[in-house]
Amino acid sequence: MQQNSGPTCPVIANHIKIALVGQPNVGKSMLVNSISNAHLHVGNFTGVTVEKTEVLFDYKDYHFTVVDLPGTYAFTNYTIEERVTHDFLCNEEYDLVINVVDSTNLEKNLQLTAELMTMSKKMVLALNMSDEAEKEGIEINAPYLSQLIDLPAIAVSAVSKLGLDELVEAVIKVHEAPLVEPKLIFSEAVEEEIGHIQGYLDRHRFKAAISNRNIAVNLLQNETKTYRVLHDNPLWTELQPMLIEADRHIELHHDSEDIKEIFAEEYAAFNRGIITEVVKEKKQSIVKKTMTERIDSVLIHPFLGIPIFLFFMWSLFQLTFEIGSIPMEWIDAFFGWFGDLVGNTIAHEATRSLIVDGIIAGVGAVVMFVPNIMILFIGIALLEATGYMSRVAFLLDGFFHKFGLHGQSFIPLVTGFGCSIPAYMSARILKNDRDRLLTLFIIGFMSCGARLPVYVLFAGAFFSESAAGNILFAIYITGAVIGLFAAKILKMTAFKGADEPFVMEMPKYRLPSFKLIWHTVMTKTWMYLKKAGTFIAAATVLVWFLSTYPHNEELNSTYAVQVEQVQSDEEKSLLANKLQVSQLEHSYLGSIGKFMEPAFEPLGFDWKMTVALQAGLAAKEVVVSTLGVLYAIGDDVDEESSSLVDAISKNIPFASGVAFIVFVMIYLPCLAASVVFTREAGGIKYFVYLFIFTTITAYVLSFIAYRVTLLIT
Amino acid sequence: MNILTNCPRGCETTVKKLHATGPLKQRLVSFGIIKGATVTLMEYAPRKSTVEVKVGKTRLALRKEEADMIEVEDAAK
Repeated sequence: MQQNSGPTCPVIANHIKIALVGQPNVGKSMLVNSISNAHLHVGNFTGVTVEKTEVLFDYKDYHFTVVDLPGTYAFTNYTIEERVTHDFLCNEEYDLVINVVDSTNLEKNLQLTAELMTMSKKMVLALNMSDEAEKEGIEINAPYLSQLIDLPAIAVSAVSKLGLDELVEAVIKVHEAPLVEPKLIFSEAVEEEIGHIQGYLDRHRFKAAISNRNIAVNLLQNETKTYRVLHDNPLWTELQPMLIEADRHIELHHDSEDIKEIFAEEYAAFNRGIITEVVKEKKQSIVKKTMTERIDSVLIHPFLGIPIFLFFMWSLFQLTFEIGSIPMEWIDAFFGWFGDLVGNTIAHEATRSLIVDGIIAGVGAVVMFVPNIMILFIGIALLEATGYMSRVAFLLDGFFHKFGLHGQSFIPLVTGFGCSIPAYMSARILKNDRDRLLTLFIIGFMSCGARLPVYVLFAGAFFSESAAGNILFAIYITGAVIGLFAAKILKMTAFKGADEPFVMEMPKYRLPSFKLIWHTVMTKTWMYLKKAGTFIAAATVLVWFLSTYPHNEELNSTYAVQVEQVQSDEEKSLLANKLQVSQLEHSYLGSIGKFMEPAFEPLGFDWKMTVALQAGLAAKEVVVSTLGVLYAIGDDVDEESSSLVDAISKNIPFASGVAFIVFVMIYLPCLAASVVFTREAGGIKYFVYLFIFTTITAYVLSFIAYRVTLLIT
Repeated sequence: MNILTNCPRGCETTVKKLHATGPLKQRLVSFGIIKGATVTLMEYAPRKSTVEVKVGKTRLALRKEEADMIEVEDAAK
């Protein structure tokens, strides 16, 4: 990505690269936005599922790069975020760490700070949300804190832009000065052992990037990388017995054999000491509940919680489809107009068809979903930023767990009813790889908006108008239920293994900042346009090619002769349709359909239905237009064109129709969604699995539906 | 042995021992659930499948299976 925005960095300017680290929900992104004022350059690192964001800005003579690392509770590799952050901190080059902490919950935040202090890196502590802490009656003596731990601690507020200049000044000062080791004091037993090991290393003049004291600490808490480095050193033969002895000593003192737990206790004890010294908290009257507690007493109420949540979801979907459909029509109209405009300037028939029917129509189909996607993303960003999302997971985990899913799977699954693409993307909220993969495989069972036209068409063809609505609803519900059972089956087979624990923080409710929501939504939408857009353009060109070539000139001339013989316009257009059908029949797509026909015969599909299904692999809306072309009523059909409904009820037996609906309900989502799926799942092999899984399930269930319907009718 | 989910809603108690192992234990520890920590049982989800506990100022949601691994002091006040 080019760095063309903002003033470019002159060679003489000092460059400071900052790693921004903190626990989740401490307002890191907000802080980086406030410091840099405007995001001069925001780029996403590709290749990892969870991105770290880089922000560049200038202050005085300095050029800053801030890497906003994903939130992490501790130095573990429990979640993808933690892995990304940990890897970055250990392996990448940076000058300085800004550790952002939540002033309203300092004690918990300092656990991570303590771990960062063992890294021998230059560091500045940003006490964020200081204004909020003040309101809650929490008073933090920042200068005293700095003095106690030998780390500059600056009270800031990203929201009300307090202390931001001081923070940047502190960063510059720390950067200019030589490294000062922060003060982290352990219990007597641990200090004694640290002293032994440090003394030994010092005596043998051992030198490394981090101080010998920190090497001792890391060895004691079984940090693998430190072990690996020292293991290859001749000192190891003498060091190893010392460590074994030290471990025994420490474990004896703590009455525990888990060294990680021991160190957590050590850090916690140190932090408690710090807190008692620097934090003064006004005792709030016991009766008064906090805002969060009051909201929670309604939103996670054992009986009211779920109905309230369902209402929110329902509203979100209403909004998505009601408001989203308005610009959708405009976009559709625009691309139609644009296609005609461009088409008129191109004389060459094949080129015109490629550009207008292939590229413009294909890209238009992708762009058309942007309003929907944006509204859904805004809704999801709001759910996430306010802290409500974790409440939903809390409420629903019990039910979802029965099917092998995780409470947080709910959001992607519900999103899947709108469009699979944002659904696949929102599956990122699941921290565990296996849970996320399982959810990704199930999303397709939630019928997306694009499948609706197919259902409307078939429901209209086979059922009375009054029953059609219920049939539609039944189709959606059946899909979701099949999805839940599929999840259960997958969990018992492919994704077998111990259940992933459900341990999740329920953050305080907060009013989200408009700027941050907007930023998140824009970034995600842009990614959708860029990634799915380029790909679907290529894919539609392919489908266009397969359905247009080889062009049979003989057919053209035969029909041309026939057209000359007839008089009325009606007959002419009828012939033109017939020509289209025979051309399609002879195209590559047609040949494939004919070739595949025997495979789909047990389901009662003819070659036309087979071709429509295959065209539907590109996008589900194409199923309807392909059926329209194949049943020869012209290209301009939609689900309400009554002649197509008639044609279908005349030409397709009822049982085949039911089987067709079942197949459409289950088989592979559209190409764009498949691409996003592949990217989110992390490899083409998962796409192959998805293809096999959905195709087999669709085929088997469709076959059953066909046979059963034949029996009962 | 008294486990966390034996406590009624609203009770406050002290962690005695963590019976979890591996990454789950580390996870709980990183949230501040360690020996001697005071925990408050805030809310149960329907059918007691999930619990919300408060450790210090942090609220945590735990599935019953995980919460059962937290041994607490007998005298729950």
